Amino acid sequence: MSQNLETAANPGPLRRIAIDPLSRVEGHGKVTILVDEANRIHQVRLHIVEFRGFERFIVGRPYWEVPVMVQRLCGICPVSHHLAASKALDVVVGARRLTRSAQMLRRLMHYGQILQSHALHFFYLASPDLLFGFDSEVSRRNIVGVATAHSDTARRGILLRKFGQEVIRITAGKRVHGTGSIPGGVNKAVTAAERDLLLQNIYEIIAWSRDAVALVKRLHNQHPALYNSFGAFRSKILSLVGRDGNMDLYDGVLRARDENGAILFDGVEPDQYLDIIEEQVKPWSYMKFPYLRALGADKGWYRVGPLSRVQNCDSIPTPLAEIERREFMDYSGAMPLHAPLAYHWARMIEMLHAAETIKDLLHDPAILGGDLVVQGARTSSGIGVIEAPRGTLIHHYGVDENDLVTMCNLIVSTTHNNQVMNEAVREVARRYLDGREINEGLLNHIEVVIRAFDPCLSCATHALGKMPLVVELRTLEGDLIDSRARD
Amino acid sequence: MKPRIPSTLVIGYGNPSRGDDALAPLLLDALRERAAWNMDEVELLIDFQLQVEHVLDLEGRRQVVFVDAAQCGPAPFRFDLIQASAFPAPATHALSPQALLAVYLSHYGVDAPPSRVLAIRGYSFGLGQELSAGARQNLEAALALLVPWLSQSDADRPRVCGASTALPAGD
Repeated sequence: MSQNLETAANPGPLRRIAIDPLSRVEGHGKVTILVDEANRIHQVRLHIVEFRGFERFIVGRPYWEVPVMVQRLCGICPVSHHLAASKALDVVVGARRLTRSAQMLRRLMHYGQILQSHALHFFYLASPDLLFGFDSEVSRRNIVGVATAHSDTARRGILLRKFGQEVIRITAGKRVHGTGSIPGGVNKAVTAAERDLLLQNIYEIIAWSRDAVALVKRLHNQHPALYNSFGAFRSKILSLVGRDGNMDLYDGVLRARDENGAILFDGVEPDQYLDIIEEQVKPWSYMKFPYLRALGADKGWYRVGPLSRVQNCDSIPTPLAEIERREFMDYSGAMPLHAPLAYHWARMIEMLHAAETIKDLLHDPAILGGDLVVQGARTSSGIGVIEAPRGTLIHHYGVDENDLVTMCNLIVSTTHNNQVMNEAVREVARRYLDGREINEGLLNHIEVVIRAFDPCLSCATHALGKMPLVVELRTLEGDLIDSRARD
Repeated sequence: MKPRIPSTLVIGYGNPSRGDDALAPLLLDALRERAAWNMDEVELLIDFQLQVEHVLDLEGRRQVVFVDAAQCGPAPFRFDLIQASAFPAPATHALSPQALLAVYLSHYGVDAPPSRVLAIRGYSFGLGQELSAGARQNLEAALALLVPWLSQSDADRPRVCGASTALPAGD
């Protein structure tokens, strides 16, 4: 077996197994595994077709259209793009500091997005694997199976998701294609009736979020050997933290830690991201590989998302989530927890934090009105960074004197995690697949570890007629040996 | 008192920025403009994708029509009754209409309202592309089906249940 599994020494005589999610017409992911006749693994690569065309799509448009247009980039976290673009364009319109009402309303929208996205991932995507087992009966390993065996869990997942969507609808003005956030602020406040509607359910939402943390914690405690080691590898971590060092998913400064948890840098302003992050191109992948510039491409790759954020901040500024963070940190011990399955635990802690934050914001009178927009001296470029559900999201725009966008650079969470997802897939292949006859259950192990990162492989379009997942086994000459399709 | 829920839900989904993937949102926009029917009986809902929470939108309906762009299949459209079906662990975040009906069954413990998929054939799904000429024709054909149907009163409108329906299907 090759040591790092990124590139086989002699791929000529090897068989090629491809796990190929042909996910609609947008970005898609594919895992290729090169094995020899004895099923020994020689090369494993996760390819994700990054969707760079969107940046060109934005160039030439009036800047004020951008916060709405970018929502079409992703059907799962459009609000994250809506807000990251707004933050970047705040700078362009000279709104260096938003009004308090605008900040609180944007935060409410953002934490609604975090809540609904995390609920969707855990209850719909991840829980079938976690509750039934990675190689359990495939016909049962889905949300319907969960609903049958764990009806309350499934019902709560739907209602948590719905609640988050309601927060978004109320703050963004519409259920989809919201327009609530604009360069310089927001264009609407929440009415007292809308606030009261959300307040009716928020305490139940918090209670269910606590139960979700308890559920995933129980899974870790029941199977510590699996949960602590599955696909585990050491990596650096990166995220925004608040200017006080506490968790802040809407705004703050960039902080990175090394594999042992020691701070590499802290307090880096988001508009300095190009000083600390560089992107590497590899000939076998469409998606770039970001790394910390100071450490170089070989040593500087890092992980983003809930598992990084929960371990990167000093504390979480809501009480129930902070209790859970401390328990998580106690569980991991002196060293950071690097296991991909711990993403689920961290994600549920964040969901609880989002629910508590929404509750606090609903009790803040600033969301009901006041000045909503500020402007100042125009500038020609702006950078907005936000912690999207899947991790750090960077929007960077240039705007000319005619208000048209001249440059657009987006680094999305899944791109940040490109190298670490590849590392995780290789770890799983090395541990579970090497030398064995590969079946559906084993291939699902690969998908389980990818899902832990919650990558956004295909979000923005979904016309009927494409199969989300095709698994093909081919010889190097292209002859099809076996094929599996999922629809 | 709970507000009365329109008996028919037409839910269209797709990305307006991706060429023919805009078929469903455009169809629903056109339906709204040509709203000759009683809007108390029909609700039009546009989204990017089908998600689990859409089961809550299905509750209390007499019938549901899912509208989507199709990358393969017959032109100008297919109009098929669908049944709930379980599905394997997904590779993407979105649900199929059949899976949504299965989630409905597990969530409410009863079958979802009778449902059809109107799959309008599209040809070109590139970012920033306009609707293709072929898709535009197919869109008009789909409108020619749905507008008169939705214009009927609720009592007169054929329910989309059973194998026989008064609605023509695309060939």
